[in-house]
Amino acid sequence: MTAILPDKIHLGLDLQGGIHLVLEVEANEAVENAAETYVEQIKDALRAKKVGFTKVAKTGKWDIEVILPASEQLNDFNDSIKGDFPWLKPATTETTPDGTRVLLTLDQKKINDLETMAVGQALETIRNRIDQFGVSEPDIRPEAGDRILVELPGIKDPQEAINLIGKTAVLEFKLVAQNVTDQEMRDNKLPPGVKVYPMRPSDRNTSETKVALEDKTVLTGQYITDAKVGIGGRSFGEAHISLNFDPQGAKMFDRLTSENVGRKLAIVLDGVVYSDPVIKERIPNGTAVIEGSYTDEEAKVLAIALRTGRLPARVIILEQRTVGPALGADSIKSGILASAFGGLGIILFMMVYYKFSGVIADLALAMNILLILALMALISATLTLPGIAGIALTIGIAVDANVLIYERIREELRLGKTPRAAIDTGYQRATITIMDANVTSAIAALVLYGFGTGPVRGFAVTLFFGLAANMFTAIFVTRIIFDYLLTERRVKELSI
Amino acid sequence: MQLIKPDININFVGMRYKAFMLSGAIILFGLLTLFMRGGLKMGVDFAGGTLIQVKFSKATSPDDIRNALQGIVSHAVVQQIGSKNDNEYLVRTDAIHEELGSLSNQIEGELNKAYGPGQQVLRVEMVGPKVGHDLRQKALYAIFYALLLIAIYISGRFEFKWTSSLIMGGVLIVGIYLLEAIGLSAVYLIGGAIVVTLALCWFLQLPYALGALLSLVHDILITVGIFALVNKEFSLEVFAALLTLSGYSLNDTIIVYDRIRENRNKDKKIKFSDMINGAINQTLSRTVLTSMTVFFVILCLFLFGGTVIHDFSFAMLIGVVTGSYSSVFVASPILIAYEDLKKKKRTQPAAKRAAAQDTSAQPAPKRVAAQDTGTQPARTPKKSKKQSAGQADTGKKVRG
Repeated sequence: MTAILPDKIHLGLDLQGGIHLVLEVEANEAVENAAETYVEQIKDALRAKKVGFTKVAKTGKWDIEVILPASEQLNDFNDSIKGDFPWLKPATTETTPDGTRVLLTLDQKKINDLETMAVGQALETIRNRIDQFGVSEPDIRPEAGDRILVELPGIKDPQEAINLIGKTAVLEFKLVAQNVTDQEMRDNKLPPGVKVYPMRPSDRNTSETKVALEDKTVLTGQYITDAKVGIGGRSFGEAHISLNFDPQGAKMFDRLTSENVGRKLAIVLDGVVYSDPVIKERIPNGTAVIEGSYTDEEAKVLAIALRTGRLPARVIILEQRTVGPALGADSIKSGILASAFGGLGIILFMMVYYKFSGVIADLALAMNILLILALMALISATLTLPGIAGIALTIGIAVDANVLIYERIREELRLGKTPRAAIDTGYQRATITIMDANVTSAIAALVLYGFGTGPVRGFAVTLFFGLAANMFTAIFVTRIIFDYLLTERRVKELSI
Repeated sequence: MQLIKPDININFVGMRYKAFMLSGAIILFGLLTLFMRGGLKMGVDFAGGTLIQVKFSKATSPDDIRNALQGIVSHAVVQQIGSKNDNEYLVRTDAIHEELGSLSNQIEGELNKAYGPGQQVLRVEMVGPKVGHDLRQKALYAIFYALLLIAIYISGRFEFKWTSSLIMGGVLIVGIYLLEAIGLSAVYLIGGAIVVTLALCWFLQLPYALGALLSLVHDILITVGIFALVNKEFSLEVFAALLTLSGYSLNDTIIVYDRIRENRNKDKKIKFSDMINGAINQTLSRTVLTSMTVFFVILCLFLFGGTVIHDFSFAMLIGVVTGSYSSVFVASPILIAYEDLKKKKRTQPAAKRAAAQDTSAQPAPKRVAAQDTGTQPARTPKKSKKQSAGQADTGKKVRG
């Protein structure tokens, strides 16, 4: 059935199967994350300038609270902020028993910039991931607000793709806390700076375990240059992921491993511990391996996510439409079947009711459908299931035009006019009516196009093209045929 | 072949009060049902939620499916679709999982656990509350703008009043834009705007636009009412059908109006309501035939087009029927009602002056005919010349 459709016409997601996603980037989170990095940077800057401080911490959404031990340092502090962090503004300065408390706020322009950047970065990351996943003709574009539209036609394994897109892919290395017993974990009596993390089950049959880690992140995934899927090694036959660090990351990893030989290092991805190998020796060359029990697909998704970098913020789904290829094929079949039935019925009716003139109208109808498809190929519009319905509807509306013309001609003939005069008047009068009727339908189609998404848009497109083509075929083309019959063939009697 | 005899003459206009009552009753009944059910049964597109279409490898029942899914979705509505042997079901829940990828995975997992592997999830549609809300809003605006643009076009084409109809459109669009900025609820805003549009059509003396709009509102209300009555879901596709209808159902109205426009210049002695009844009868075969062809095509879609466009074609079927009905029994009689009211207004002072004169039969048509060109020139004399020239032009065509 699909063979009927020319290659040039794109099939919509609802016909060839695929995913339509509307995502929203939680851009607020990116600002919060930025505020957290500023906290660390402020600490570093103050240390470098030898300005003492009791506390620098994020408070509220993205405000930063700084407590200085004495008010003398306030000037140095303010200078430092003004120089290095011009986008942070001291909102309040007050003296408290603990010292001088300064509340820094982010200026609105910086917040907007950070949010825009987050969306842009998320878009780029998602695009990279999809590219590496291998989808032909993906459509990924920003929409109003912090939204991103992702359309992946013809994809075989929608679920893996969705998993991949959504992986925040925050990779962190944390040291496993020493001297924490299971009892303490259960009672939640943990030493300061220690937190419990879920551990990914080592194989499918065991239940989830938990592990206590030192909360401080000793290394993050931002220094990763490459992540590859490898097979074999210690766990035979199972996929693992090998990571390469850039020089800076390699240096940090070198120091980390040399200082902590004998301790366990946990590899945490999106808040879940994937493995916690013991550091046996110093690793100077900047490579690490994440082991675990993965299927090949899982390992592939994970490696892509690590390679393309983390998302700047969490991404949530606002809208998801997944159509399996089986349903898509079914839809095409039934859509075309229904249209063919409708079309055939109409063609027969016109022949019976208007005899030879009906055949002329049927010719115009066939041409109309060809024109719709040609126009769609020309602007590479997408054919959707409602779009097929639109073509079917056009079949009905297209012969309407000829019905109007022919009824008028019959009326004129009854008044005793010659075929020539009857055809002239018939076309002249009916043309106005047809135009008015088509314009109102076209208005509806245009509004629908402006409103709709995906499938509905496809309907608006075919309907609009159908109406436009109809003005040409039903009025102009049939007229030419009649003129030819009357003047060249000197037909004296109309078969109508 | 001839389905409808050319000399047919049914007194449609005489039936108009009965028709008004019938329409009113259907609309009222639909609205009552709508009210009692607490609004339309919104599909996932508008209400938010999740819809999953699953094909099972063996026969099952909705209760079994609900039980299998108990762990992850509560309050699932399960409905069998297609033919019995297809074992296809729609599962619908209010649940929304914004986390990427979790839900359909889970569902497939649970189903495979309960039924064994090989259960096929054909389609998953999840719409978050934000998107649902946006779509509802946009849908209302779309309906309104479609109605407004059509009204402008109709009054421009049928009464040559492009200026006043464009002014009306401009005022309404700006007004809505301003009110929207204040944060008024879209439902009231659009409802109010449609009423204001109708009132403006009245005061700006655009009876054709008024008739077209009223018959559109009539068609939409009846379609929505029937959807409420049979408790079908109002989805994005149904909305698309409604909007398409607002364009298409006008086709028949335009066919009749066009004939009225043609006839009103032809014979000025004939009574206005008779002229309209004549126009309806002359175009009856067209109205019936064109509706029949479209009805037939949509019927094919409805019967063979598959589950996805089933509701779409259902809405279109209702719309095509009401569209033809309203062109005969709503749009055209509105013109008569409008003329009658105008006449009353004008004959009252006249009656006082010449009390004995018979108002009904003979003098009235003259006034009507005079009114076509007579109402406007007072304000815009320049335009009226153009208009009468335009009308004379069409008049010529008719005769030629």
